[in-house]
Amino acid sequence: MKQYETVIGLEVHVELATKTKIFCGCSTEFGGAPNTHTCPVCTGMPGSLPVLNRQVVEFALKAGIAANCRINQYCRFDRKNYFYPDNPQNYQISQLYLPICQDGWVEIETSAGKKKIRIHEMHMEEDAGKLIHDEWEDCSLVDYNRSGVPLIEIVSEPDMRSAEEVIAYLEKLRCMMQYLGVSDCKLQEGSMRADVNLSVREVGSETFGTRTEMKNLNSFKAIARAIDGERERQIELLEMGRAVVQETRRWDDNKESSHAMRSKEDAKDYRYFPDPDLLPVHISDEWIARLKASQPELREEKQQRYQEEYGLSAYDAGLLTESRILSEKYEETADLCGNPKKAANWFMVEVLRLMKDRGLEPEQVTFTPGHLADLIQMVERKEVSAQNAKKVFEKVFEEDIDPVSYIEEHGLKIVEDTGLLEETLQKILEENPGPLQELLGGKEKVFGFFVGKMMKELKGKASPDAVREALTKEIEKRK
Amino acid sequence: MAKIIDDETIENVCILAKLALTEEEKEKAKADMQKMLDYVDKLDELDTEAVEPLTHIFGSDNVFRDDVVTNGDCRKEMLANAPKAREWQYQVPKTIG
Ligand SMILES: [Zn+2]
Repeated sequence: MKQYETVIGLEVHVELATKTKIFCGCSTEFGGAPNTHTCPVCTGMPGSLPVLNRQVVEFALKAGIAANCRINQYCRFDRKNYFYPDNPQNYQISQLYLPICQDGWVEIETSAGKKKIRIHEMHMEEDAGKLIHDEWEDCSLVDYNRSGVPLIEIVSEPDMRSAEEVIAYLEKLRCMMQYLGVSDCKLQEGSMRADVNLSVREVGSETFGTRTEMKNLNSFKAIARAIDGERERQIELLEMGRAVVQETRRWDDNKESSHAMRSKEDAKDYRYFPDPDLLPVHISDEWIARLKASQPELREEKQQRYQEEYGLSAYDAGLLTESRILSEKYEETADLCGNPKKAANWFMVEVLRLMKDRGLEPEQVTFTPGHLADLIQMVERKEVSAQNAKKVFEKVFEEDIDPVSYIEEHGLKIVEDTGLLEETLQKILEENPGPLQELLGGKEKVFGFFVGKMMKELKGKASPDAVREALTKEIEKRK
Repeated sequence: MAKIIDDETIENVCILAKLALTEEEKEKAKADMQKMLDYVDKLDELDTEAVEPLTHIFGSDNVFRDDVVTNGDCRKEMLANAPKAREWQYQVPKTIG
């Protein structure tokens, strides 16, 4: 059999984290009751007029700058015409002729090393509504809450060659958008979606094969499976001497196979033309300069800084910077406790473990970094045992308790000052001659009585273990 | 020379515009569209080499709104525009989504 190479390009839709829709003042909040976030503009009522949300332009620019794009300082919106009930205007407002960003690149890293993936363009557009099939009435129901939610579509060049590269690219984009605060990129909520354009060709061939486009991919796993499935399907066709048909295919993750969409759905004649309702956008040099100056530190820069400033390994720095939210918590903890390496261990072992156990996303982790920093310092000062500290941290992680007072209150604090322990012991024994005689006489039950007295007197300055140990020793001595 | 509006073109336009025309209407539409294209042909005679393409007749640009929620729940009014509604949603013929 011939050797084949897979050629993949991606169209990634990223939902922007604005409060309102792209052309109207309706909320973009996810999960509202059907049609509670709609108005004449986003339901395409005749006579309604769209007005562009400035924040959408800002977010698109931030994404474009981060992905090394050239900014089209004069850009426009175009109408993409098609009839489908999820699209109430009968056209989608998008950008074809002058997209806001063009010709960029991002770097990905796979087991084979680093590689640049070129970005053809990024453009602003609006999302469509949601169609649900009603089995009872044999009709479809439309919810326009998503209609008009701002998106950027990021179109790559056909630079990827494997599912591994595609996943690395998507993870790169997701991380970048999250760091920029441009999108939360949740695949399960549909705020990041990918269409995969795939073709195969014989290794060494310079020309591209016929490509298909796959839609309906809503998890990284589904994307990887769909790529492998489509690659095999196309190779099989070519091996049988048949041609690959250029078409749009819908991936069914349950069946793990794809099928061609009806040709009517696939009518690619969108008759784009400039939208006369929306005025052109001029992006000044000052605007770009201001955004460039306010770009946050991205993951790669952070990773580098952690190695240089905190002395962490590249691997640890990579793990800690996967999520911007967690990395910020880590940094605050490291700075407050003054021990970045210890803080890194706590995050990589305890924080990640607890997150995994409880199935939490980074944004659901709510403990105060100062509390972990206090705990780390107490362990360092040997005021609490490492074992107890882990238990206390679970409380910090779950309820954000103040570990210092918690440790005091629960008698977990180790008393370095054995003088105090000894002094208290002698005092308690002296004050309770009766029970002491009983204990010396072998009445083990009284042991607990003395431990209790001691703990009360020491007010948690010693651990119960330390008290028991000191008492046992003293009794042995006196026997 | 303008493109000739033939049967195939009018068929395709009908599909894209979701129009069901009778043979008679098709012939009429063909003639109308041919006239439009001939008119564009006439305009093409002008030398527009040095003229920038114009997409908007207003001189202004950068009309923005702030990212502030101004609309509340008005689904009742919105759905009043729908020919058919069910469970606070627009009811449409069965569509493969
Ligand atoms: Zn609206």
